[in-house]
Amino acid sequence: MSATAAALGQVAALVAALVLTVPLLARHLVHTYSSPRHLRVERALYRACRVDPDADQHWRTYAWSVLGFSLAGIVLLYVLLRTQQWLPLSLGMTAMPAEGAFNTAISFVTNTNWQWYSGEAALGHLAQMTGLTVQNFVSAATGMAVAVALARGFSRASAGGRVGNFWADLVRGVVRVLLPISVVGALLLVLAGVVQNLDAPHAITTLAGDTQHLTGGPVASQEAIKELGTNGGGFYNANSAHPFENPTPLTNLLQVYLILLVPFSLAWAFGSLVGDRRQGRAVVTVMTMLLGVGTALLTWSEMAGPGLVPSAAGGAMEGKEVRFGEAASALFAAVTTGTSTGAVNAMHDSLTAPGGLVTLFMMMLGEVAPGGVGSGLYGMVLLAIITVFLAGLMVGRTPELIGKKIGHREMSLVAAYVLATPALVLVGTAVAIGTGSGRAGIQESGPHGLSEVLYAVTSAANNNGSAFGGLTTGTTFYDVLLGLCMLVGRFLPIVLVLALAGRLAAQRVTPAGAGTLPTHRPLFIVLLTGVALVIVGLTYVPVLALAPIAESLL
Amino acid sequence: MHLIRHTLAGLRVLLLLTVLLGVAYPLAVTGLAQVTLDWRASGSLVTEAGAHTTSYDDAVGSALVGQDFAGAEWFHSRPSAAGDGYDPLATAGSNLGPTSPDLLATVEERRAAAATEEGVAPSAVPPDAVTASASGLDPHISPAWAAIQVARVARERGLDEEVVRRLVADHTQGRTFGVLGAPRVDVLGLNLALADLAGPGLED
Repeated sequence: MSATAAALGQVAALVAALVLTVPLLARHLVHTYSSPRHLRVERALYRACRVDPDADQHWRTYAWSVLGFSLAGIVLLYVLLRTQQWLPLSLGMTAMPAEGAFNTAISFVTNTNWQWYSGEAALGHLAQMTGLTVQNFVSAATGMAVAVALARGFSRASAGGRVGNFWADLVRGVVRVLLPISVVGALLLVLAGVVQNLDAPHAITTLAGDTQHLTGGPVASQEAIKELGTNGGGFYNANSAHPFENPTPLTNLLQVYLILLVPFSLAWAFGSLVGDRRQGRAVVTVMTMLLGVGTALLTWSEMAGPGLVPSAAGGAMEGKEVRFGEAASALFAAVTTGTSTGAVNAMHDSLTAPGGLVTLFMMMLGEVAPGGVGSGLYGMVLLAIITVFLAGLMVGRTPELIGKKIGHREMSLVAAYVLATPALVLVGTAVAIGTGSGRAGIQESGPHGLSEVLYAVTSAANNNGSAFGGLTTGTTFYDVLLGLCMLVGRFLPIVLVLALAGRLAAQRVTPAGAGTLPTHRPLFIVLLTGVALVIVGLTYVPVLALAPIAESLL
Repeated sequence: MHLIRHTLAGLRVLLLLTVLLGVAYPLAVTGLAQVTLDWRASGSLVTEAGAHTTSYDDAVGSALVGQDFAGAEWFHSRPSAAGDGYDPLATAGSNLGPTSPDLLATVEERRAAAATEEGVAPSAVPPDAVTASASGLDPHISPAWAAIQVARVARERGLDEEVVRRLVADHTQGRTFGVLGAPRVDVLGLNLALADLAGPGLED
């Protein structure tokens, strides 16, 4: 079979797996977030923690709960990283430096999983398990909770701004969705060769007589939720390129599947959550089109191998593993940047110039193709609001979406949301290339050097976490700059989304009239896709032209 | 005030979830994996005879992790950017970009060296022979690169080329289910088989 046919075949296998399972998980998600009943284990947990899972929270209270829970996560993880040397299973690792722990704590709580350190050289097993694995679960469940709260804004009428209960949404997301799938996923990964033990690095003598230290760890359990929760932080520095994290082409497909499973299912569930299934299908269609085009372009570029070095080498294999080859590496790269995952099975800094451009572009879309767990859905819904607003302007009537009027207050919140992340990216990049300490980290001269900085700030502000690894980022400057980008890039949008959810929930339902733009038809789907592309285009074309586009022309 | 109250509630919830997700979950998966799949869970270790083992002391490597084979009597692995080469304590790619002059020079150097060593035209050297992998631990090479190494390895070991070529074929895998990943040769497995074939005493 030719390489191209195989590349199409792996996509077909992925699509088939998703088509079979997404509707099932979507139905489970709808039940999870709308059932009035608590499981026994959940009730015990609420009682022990003294939180009331049945209080219908006003959006402000809901937001305080999100922020309070996340702040507790940052503090706890920071303390753990600073004190790991005194705790069990530290493997002799020392405390992480203050600015590094600041960066890492924010990184994992914001679902970014940007890693300035390398796992095998900086972290003991306890920090990986009780710190990073835990945040992989709860940061994902937080994103899902916010998306569900927004859906309630649409489904409820005259609810006085009440959008549900954060503690119940959080705990249910973990207990009923993420944990069971992770257990199955982790065992499947072990079956295919991913390690799962508590061993310290162990020296062996290789066949050729050298010494090699094999590094074990509780890897599979972390790997499963790393992908399922669109987190992306590798147990090892090489992330999903490491043979102990991702040993075969089959585990590679399983990982890509796990990354896409919840974002697509949540979007599919959105229709049922707002009482109109067609809305969920429309959102999934737009997400699929954007991801499909991105994957196609990236795969073409990596397989064709244009540019100085790939041409000289005869193919774009720098920073890629032989068992995956170009196509499976390109698929992973598109999926990890289209969601806010940031796991990598190939080094993005060494992608072809057009390939690197696609990964940047996927992140700049605002992580909506299909985006992170929860964040992808609320990002896409906000783009849909802009779309009905634009359509409303054309015909001169108040826009509405799913029975809710989009007035100027709602529109202001959406505008602030859409501007927040690009402002962080562009200002952050300008600060980095405008200061000596920012420029000091750049590895490559010319446009690729700018790409490295742009990629880092884009990845942090969009909570992706992948990197052009040539940039030296383990410095105080980058730890602080990127830490702040991750923090603001996560929680400012969340507060805006919850405020919007509250406003929508307070409204009465406006019945659809003759002038209402149906938001499930092809016309709307094309319009929404166009809006997503135009917003990125208008925002980022100048800086893209200076970096990866210029590089593609070299 | 709001933030403090919610942070304290958050801390209580997080501590309990840490027991569930950070202790019970990974330990339960470890226990299950060690009971049912202990060879894989322990790192797919192999002995010099090519047998499975779970003891580091008996192991000559992991079937999944690549090793450095610099000597002319071995099939070479890919260039590695992990530490001094194939160091699992420092896994990494080169992270050099597609327009990097340094990388361009390195690629040309590797191509010339490989062509000289194998006695083939520079254009016959495949991409994986001149590029560093993503992890620095890539256990595989492409069938094309294995093919041009056959003559040299056979000569160094005093073996018939056909015998070596058959060993390469035994350690070559196609795409999984015909579509996943890329065709590849398992370097450690191949070299273990070579060493076994040569018998003790023929080495060093």
